Amino acid sequence: MDQFIASLADGLLLGFVYGLAAMGLTLIFGVMDVINLAHGPIIALGMFAVFFLGPPGLGLHPYVALLVVAVLGLIFGAIIYFISVHRILDGPHLSSLLSTFSVNMMIIGVGTAIFTTTPKNMDFSIGGLAFWALNIPFTRLVGAFIAVLVAAALYVFLYRTQQGKAIRAVANNRAASELMGIPSTMTLALSFGIGTMLAAVSGAIIATFFSFSILSGGVYELKSFVIVVLGGLGNPTGALLGGLILGALEGIVPVFLPVSWVPVIEFVLFVLILMYRPNGLFGGGRS
Amino acid sequence: MTQNNETILQVQNVSKRFGGLLAVAEVTFDLPKGQILGLIGPNGAGKTTLFNVINGVYAPTEGKVIFRGTDVSGWQPYDVVKLGLARTHQIVRPLQELTVLENVMAGACYGHENRSLHDAEEIAHEVLNFVNLDSRANQLAKSLNVGQKKRLEMARSLAARPHLLLLDEVLAGLNPTEIAEMVEVVLKIREQGITILIIEHVMHALMNVSDRVIVLDYGRLIAEGTPDEIANDEKVIEAYLGDPKLAEKLMSGE
Amino acid sequence: MSFKSIKYPAFWISVGLVALAGILPLITGSNTTRETMFLVLTAIALASSLNMLLGYAGYVSFGHIVFLGFGGYVGFYLIVDHNWSLWLAMLVGGLMAGLLALLLGKAILHLRGAYFALATIGVNEAIKTFVKNFDLFGGPVGLEVNFLVYKDYGGPAQMQWTTYWAIFGLALLAVLVSYAIKFSRFGLGLMAIREDEDAAMVLGVRTPSAKTWAYVLSAIIPGMLGVILFFRNSSVEPEDAFRLHRSIEFIVMVMLGGQGTVLGPLVGAATYDTLRGFLLTSPLFKDLQLAFAGLLLLLIVLFVPTGIVGWLRGRFRQLWRVLE
Repeated sequence: MDQFIASLADGLLLGFVYGLAAMGLTLIFGVMDVINLAHGPIIALGMFAVFFLGPPGLGLHPYVALLVVAVLGLIFGAIIYFISVHRILDGPHLSSLLSTFSVNMMIIGVGTAIFTTTPKNMDFSIGGLAFWALNIPFTRLVGAFIAVLVAAALYVFLYRTQQGKAIRAVANNRAASELMGIPSTMTLALSFGIGTMLAAVSGAIIATFFSFSILSGGVYELKSFVIVVLGGLGNPTGALLGGLILGALEGIVPVFLPVSWVPVIEFVLFVLILMYRPNGLFGGGRS
Repeated sequence: MTQNNETILQVQNVSKRFGGLLAVAEVTFDLPKGQILGLIGPNGAGKTTLFNVINGVYAPTEGKVIFRGTDVSGWQPYDVVKLGLARTHQIVRPLQELTVLENVMAGACYGHENRSLHDAEEIAHEVLNFVNLDSRANQLAKSLNVGQKKRLEMARSLAARPHLLLLDEVLAGLNPTEIAEMVEVVLKIREQGITILIIEHVMHALMNVSDRVIVLDYGRLIAEGTPDEIANDEKVIEAYLGDPKLAEKLMSGE
Repeated sequence: MSFKSIKYPAFWISVGLVALAGILPLITGSNTTRETMFLVLTAIALASSLNMLLGYAGYVSFGHIVFLGFGGYVGFYLIVDHNWSLWLAMLVGGLMAGLLALLLGKAILHLRGAYFALATIGVNEAIKTFVKNFDLFGGPVGLEVNFLVYKDYGGPAQMQWTTYWAIFGLALLAVLVSYAIKFSRFGLGLMAIREDEDAAMVLGVRTPSAKTWAYVLSAIIPGMLGVILFFRNSSVEPEDAFRLHRSIEFIVMVMLGGQGTVLGPLVGAATYDTLRGFLLTSPLFKDLQLAFAGLLLLLIVLFVPTGIVGWLRGRFRQLWRVLE
């Protein structure tokens, strides 16, 4: 039982961070109907960014470095938007899947050439919290806390600011928004930037407690897919809940089964939800 | 299949609900074989929805659609086609990257006679000639102009060799010459013994070709009769009053 | 396929190109040529198979590698653990891949666009992670064949040739089937689905079964090919058998050459594989090979979305019937 509680707590804390990454993916899909297949490599770049800005590189405190990663992520996302997405936004679905995947290949290719695929480790520790059955490193707690903070900030941004309202309007109906005088290109670039930022920040948070390589993003990208589908494509709040569900699963399943069964269960769940509830667990019924 | 040579289509008490919106409400009518039945009504009256229920795009929420003696309510569109029904779309839907010929061949291949590719090509040329589009047979469908796309849509549905043809605003967006040509085509189709149910906003043309007319308003059938009767029907004029121009057109329609 | 279609020059061009590629090692007599052509023919077979679904029916399968991995694993397992002959195992591998596609077709082909693409990724990952846990298939380590088995195929050296001819046969088969579909009633129905699925239903195309059969046909050859591939490599492990990136390379090939044409995947596969081989052996580009492929893909998507063959067809209308 103690072990169960410990695993569950562990999983839930991770779940917030997974959820944050998935929010980035789902935001982009919700606004422009693009599934960003460069999501994973961007998460990995976030890991590298915090590594090189932080103690092993420039020596910034990792949590300060997170702020820089966020800004870089925003800019990088806007660049990706203009290079690979803008031109084909009105084309068939295949186009945007392929163009964002081409960005994926480029990042992985260049990243492998520069960083190799040897795992890197931040070696970052700020003690832990031990009581009852739990023994939680503070990095996890702070990571989850930051994830919640960013999610809350995103919510406020989307619902309380002019820019955020513009994003929601474009997500709702791009043509109509343009008629209302909302500059859709800038809004779309901003959305892609924010989506990318969320992925990069979550990558950076993950790097504060796990080792990583340029290929690590792939795992988290697939997790984001599962979460996004759990929460409903295009639904950021659903993504955070989906993250918690996935985190809980990852915490609980290893108590009963070998840990290698976790991804099997995740992906089977993923396909089943796509089949029977494509709008997500919290969305309407079958579309 | 029960034999009923007189009536090709029976719509019995059909309703279609989308969430809280009742798009078609308890509509009942019969369509005798060989006739042209006009279907009119203000915008949003549920005309296209009714088409979609008849050809199986939507299952009716209530009621029955009986086509050639068979209850086809809730059938898939491709199954209804096999009984001999074909339709055109209000907004044309050509298969853009295929040639005009291939578009029409698809209609013939998958229509109710299930033709082979070879037969389909012959039928396609014949039908394209009929709508005067054969010279464009090898062009890509996306390269046609609106009028030509309408004729392509018509050719594709004719290639299916249907017993019943549903025409959804085939005249909309055409210039007067094109309208006259298209009306000719519609009348020639009837001569071949094909029954036609036609939605149209170009009133004088519709009144000219239709044997009978039915009127939908807010999803309900409010009138049924000969073109003359409809043109003088109080309820119909009232329904169109929100659209005075249309009412005027209707009144002046010979 | 009607006899009439054989009259099209496109038929002879595509079959001729594959045949030429196939017999090239006989002419040069070198093993290096054979290994190069082995990769090219493999790419042609896989790209052409994918094109049956992607190019004709317009459904993007990101996880098409699952059929190679699954069929290959089943066949290879029969060889390793039950001493089946390569040929019988190959057939069963193909059939199992087809069966998987049939079941998946019922399950996920009602999903459209991005949802289907995502589902194919999910299926591939689910099966990969399952195989990692499946002891019968060797779990994470995979399976390995005893080298003595190669004796039955004339020893390791002769086996290399035998499997080469098998791949040649599969590439030829893929192109022939592609051709047969393209000029059939069935193919016309698929292309109608690609252009407008709802309109196709109204035209009378039984879309669920047409899509499912396209999926099944596109799965069988990769399944057979997997068996040959694993047998030739003498071993297989899950990460290699179900590599998602490889799967997306197929899409790149089809796009590069021109989706929906018979020649397209052939040209795309040959071009892509040649480029890849060049980049891999060049010390400058070795690590950047993937980035280069990505750049190439981006440029195609942005500027030549119809691919090489599609571009030629649009540019030179008189070649319309030649370049199918």
